[in-house]
Amino acid sequence: MALSNELIRQKLIDKFGEELTNWEEPYGMLTFSATKDLNLKVLQFLYDDKELQFRFLTDLCAIHFPERKGEELAVVYHLHNLVDNIRIRFKVYTDINTPDVFSATALYAAANWMERETFDFYGVNFIGHPNLKRILNIDEMEYFPMRKEFPLEDQTRKDKDDEMFGRS
Amino acid sequence: MPRPVQYNITEKPIETPIGMVEGPPGFSGEGFFASKLGDVVGLARKNSIWPLPFATSCCGIEFMALMGSHYDLARFGSERVSFSPRQCDLLMVMGTIAKKMAPIVKQVYLQMAEPRWVLAMGACASSGGIFDTYSVLQGIDQIIPVDVYVPGCPPRPEAVLDGFMKVQDLVGKESLRRRNSDRYRDLMKSYGIQ
Repeated sequence: MALSNELIRQKLIDKFGEELTNWEEPYGMLTFSATKDLNLKVLQFLYDDKELQFRFLTDLCAIHFPERKGEELAVVYHLHNLVDNIRIRFKVYTDINTPDVFSATALYAAANWMERETFDFYGVNFIGHPNLKRILNIDEMEYFPMRKEFPLEDQTRKDKDDEMFGRS
Repeated sequence: MPRPVQYNITEKPIETPIGMVEGPPGFSGEGFFASKLGDVVGLARKNSIWPLPFATSCCGIEFMALMGSHYDLARFGSERVSFSPRQCDLLMVMGTIAKKMAPIVKQVYLQMAEPRWVLAMGACASSGGIFDTYSVLQGIDQIIPVDVYVPGCPPRPEAVLDGFMKVQDLVGKESLRRRNSDRYRDLMKSYGIQ
């Protein structure tokens, strides 16, 4: 029997029950979320199960929702089953003041650099990562630039000539 | 309709079949010529500038056109583009310099022997250009002194030739004592060099 979204969902509910929430299928891609303590258990199950075999981590990134108090940062895993060519999306949410999420590097080697990038731009602290330091930005940077906590443009900047850059 | 070209629009009659550089002012007689050492050195330097292209993006492509047969920077004595900073006189920084790239640009500049000049080509190298963002250096003059800025995004090869001729002008007229002056030392100190 070919793997379908309904089957994946059924298997996950059989295993984890009510722990998994926010089921949706935007553009046919099964999406769900869990508490952040559960992320490795869910990923391990998706990886190990004989039928699911989601063994390829396509992407790992974070999103910042400033208005969602207590779960400002979402960490998103995009997984791919290469046998049946099915993709799913898995999210965990964390408080921005304690952005600690377990690292998936033991399961997916590809997670290493992706988690470093996510740390670099959003400041998610991946527990158990072997080398969690900035990967793209300069090491001296003291902030996480992709967080939505910066004004779009500082009108008082003096290092640019306003006339040349369309500001008034 | 093609964009109108704003350089070389006045036709100049060709005076001699081969362009030759004029000698410096001085006194000559039978078997001797006397002039200022600075003028002779300047003349020699300005007509054999070895450029070091530091190309990081689209301005680098425009630079390739500049080195090609159509625009031909070699006409100005810069046939030899060197990729070793130790042999070069002119650092041409072309393209966006990310903050992470800044120490490399500075290191390349430091590896060049005095006297050295810097040309910033394009909006990004001159001011950060459209990349008004956290990751991009807002002009290379924040890390190294720049002699000539060529604006444009990217500048046409004619504009770079114009900038290069400005560099030649600076090189030709530079005093031999400039690099030992207090003012120059202070300039270097303001960039944290020496």
